[in-house]
Amino acid sequence: MRNWVAAGLALVMSYGQQMELAAAQTSTLDTVKSRGQLQCGVSTGLAGFGAPNDAGVWQGLDVDICRAVASAVLKDADKIKFVPLTAKERFTALQSGEIDLLSRNTTWTMSRDTAAGLNFTGINYYDGQGFMVKKTLDVVSAKELSGASICVQTGTTTELNLADYFRSNKMEYNPVVFEKLSEALGAYNAGRCDAFTTDVSQLYSIRLTLGNANDHIVLPEIISKEPLGPVVRQGDPQWANIVRWTLFAMINAEELGVTQSNVDQMKNSKNPAIRRLLGVEGEYGVAMGVDKDWAYHIIKLVGNYGESFDRNVGAGSPLGIARGQNALWRDGGLQYAPPIR
Amino acid sequence: MTRATKARADQRPSRSLTDYFYDPKSRGIMLQLTVAVILIWLIWSVVDNTIRNLEAQGIAAGFGFLRNTSGFDISQSLISYTSTDTHGRAFLVGLLNTLLVAVVGVVLATVIGFVIGIARLSQNWLVSTLAAVYIETIRNVPPLLMLFAVYFGVIKTLPRPRDSIEFPFATYLNLRGLYLPRPIWDEAIWFVLLAFVIGFIAAFWINRRAKKIQIETGVQPRVLFPVLGCVLGLPALAFVLAGFPVSFDVPQLGRFNLRGGFVISPEFIALVSGLTLYTAAFIAEIVRSGILSVPKGQREAASALGLRDGQVMRLIIIPQALRVIIPPLTNQYLNLTKNSSLAVAIGYPDLVSVFAGTVLNLTNQAVEVIIMTMAVYLSLSLLTSVFMNWFNARVALVER
Ligand SMILES: N[C@@H](CCC(=O)N[C@@H](CS)C(=O)NCC(=O)O)C(=O)O
Repeated sequence: MRNWVAAGLALVMSYGQQMELAAAQTSTLDTVKSRGQLQCGVSTGLAGFGAPNDAGVWQGLDVDICRAVASAVLKDADKIKFVPLTAKERFTALQSGEIDLLSRNTTWTMSRDTAAGLNFTGINYYDGQGFMVKKTLDVVSAKELSGASICVQTGTTTELNLADYFRSNKMEYNPVVFEKLSEALGAYNAGRCDAFTTDVSQLYSIRLTLGNANDHIVLPEIISKEPLGPVVRQGDPQWANIVRWTLFAMINAEELGVTQSNVDQMKNSKNPAIRRLLGVEGEYGVAMGVDKDWAYHIIKLVGNYGESFDRNVGAGSPLGIARGQNALWRDGGLQYAPPIR
Repeated sequence: MTRATKARADQRPSRSLTDYFYDPKSRGIMLQLTVAVILIWLIWSVVDNTIRNLEAQGIAAGFGFLRNTSGFDISQSLISYTSTDTHGRAFLVGLLNTLLVAVVGVVLATVIGFVIGIARLSQNWLVSTLAAVYIETIRNVPPLLMLFAVYFGVIKTLPRPRDSIEFPFATYLNLRGLYLPRPIWDEAIWFVLLAFVIGFIAAFWINRRAKKIQIETGVQPRVLFPVLGCVLGLPALAFVLAGFPVSFDVPQLGRFNLRGGFVISPEFIALVSGLTLYTAAFIAEIVRSGILSVPKGQREAASALGLRDGQVMRLIIIPQALRVIIPPLTNQYLNLTKNSSLAVAIGYPDLVSVFAGTVLNLTNQAVEVIIMTMAVYLSLSLLTSVFMNWFNARVALVER
């Protein structure tokens, strides 16, 4: 008798699974609209990129991507359920349909893009991996780190770059690998490791949370390319388009001088590029399943790329990161968005 | 076939279908068959479903990734491993690291658990109260918290490499680990090994003979010194004769860490001590209940026969208590092994950290990696159970 019950249960469960996966493959846009809420995967807490503020409101450059997508689709930058994810959990959460969008300092790599059922939709931060050490160590270059213990977080591109760098420089090191950022930092802070390594942007953010930020320095060497961007599930080109063009709209808006405060006046602009962006001319959003004024809502509710950068990680924030590679192309940076036409 | 059914079969050569149905034996077989068929179909459909879904989602499948270069380093390994080795080898490294923690943890937890369990029953109020306090506190702390406490306790109290605590024989302790001199054996060490084997066999023989003499004459010959002489003295003599066939790689202060020597990482120390302390509390309770399960009369009878306290414990109480102790003890061993997968929280490179963590994330082949990881824990559990059952059958008191 027990056998039968067990078998029956297993049967029901296996069909449940089938149905769940089938649901994951239906249109993400429809799911988000009918749910009335975007489920967005973010980091577990990385000031400037994705972290709740004192009032518990999620803020950051990566969080703004979630808000911008929600604005384009739901015309509301707050109809979002933020799902904090560690490096290790993030892809499974996206693959299994737990989140609609992953916006969490994730490096665009070939294997992730092609073999993991994921699609990268753009680059919202050009980054590279670096090292942070305590000032008291008197280390000024990563080349001096031979023999050091280095703390890293698992499930990142960081582990591989680290191995490559030390091998090609014929140096030795001892990696101490943690699953959670908090424990990795705890160990680094307690002196278990000489250095902590991850993308430089994250090092700047972490440095501010480590008590006295001036006790730690970020070494000048950048040992890898880390193009960070939002990720969606493979197999839903419409949703990928929405996320991709949300970022492009923000970059184009900066280029065209459209800001959160002037976006309403800009609707009367004579510039055809601005008129197309804001949906005054043409119906560009409609082809990807959103309204023609999709970008207007993004800029009205979230702002353009430059504004988001500035208030979260740039000059207007405690991090004070220079635009550098993340400046617009015409200012000598790499941020370049295809035109809306 | 029994004689009765045979007779029945003879009487009625042709049986109708309903007869089969009402025959408990054939009905049983039919039921089993149906269940088996459904089970196989279920497994097949789950596997098929998974493969198809992975394909549809554009996720790679198969075990080919095990042959690809891993590209990452592991801090501790019992076999040689570098980032140019394969994911398959990284799996082995993780597996061995898990086994190491499990074996060391099980041995230590057993010893500590037995000591505390017996202390709990001590006539001495202080001793038994201390044991009780230990058991009650530890049993009520979640193991993960325990690990954090031990780990951060360890690395926060130990000094930095420059101010290492120095022990004799070039041994150092700091927050990067325990550094021991690493022996480098010369060729001639086989001579010492041989002496050790011979000494061991001789000691075994001496013991056997002593037992025989005791049974025949009732006199207990003193064996301690001859046995020690064989097991330790003989190899030591060989060691000297071979001209000290060993040199040492001694740890020395480098720029960041001590270099050279043999390192036991603080992660390993914290994991093993955390798991050991935790499991020992449960084992202590098991030991206590086992000893209490032996009727008081046994102890009194043994004392009346003139056995000393230690002998009563060793020869009368423990053998009977073991029957009660071993099954739940097995459970604790399994728990310790499974709890060792919390390692990743404190940075120890066990199977879950290396394989179900790093490899899974690099290859994105979650299904394969998790299946392999589960298979490992399942096999470890089954092997432990089989061994403990065998052990139980061997030591269990044969009742006449
Ligand atoms: N860009 C790298 C690393 C990204 C990453 O996960 N960094 C860690 C270390 S700072 C992090 O953000 N952790 C925050 C968390 O786990 O919530 C990648 O995509 O693999």
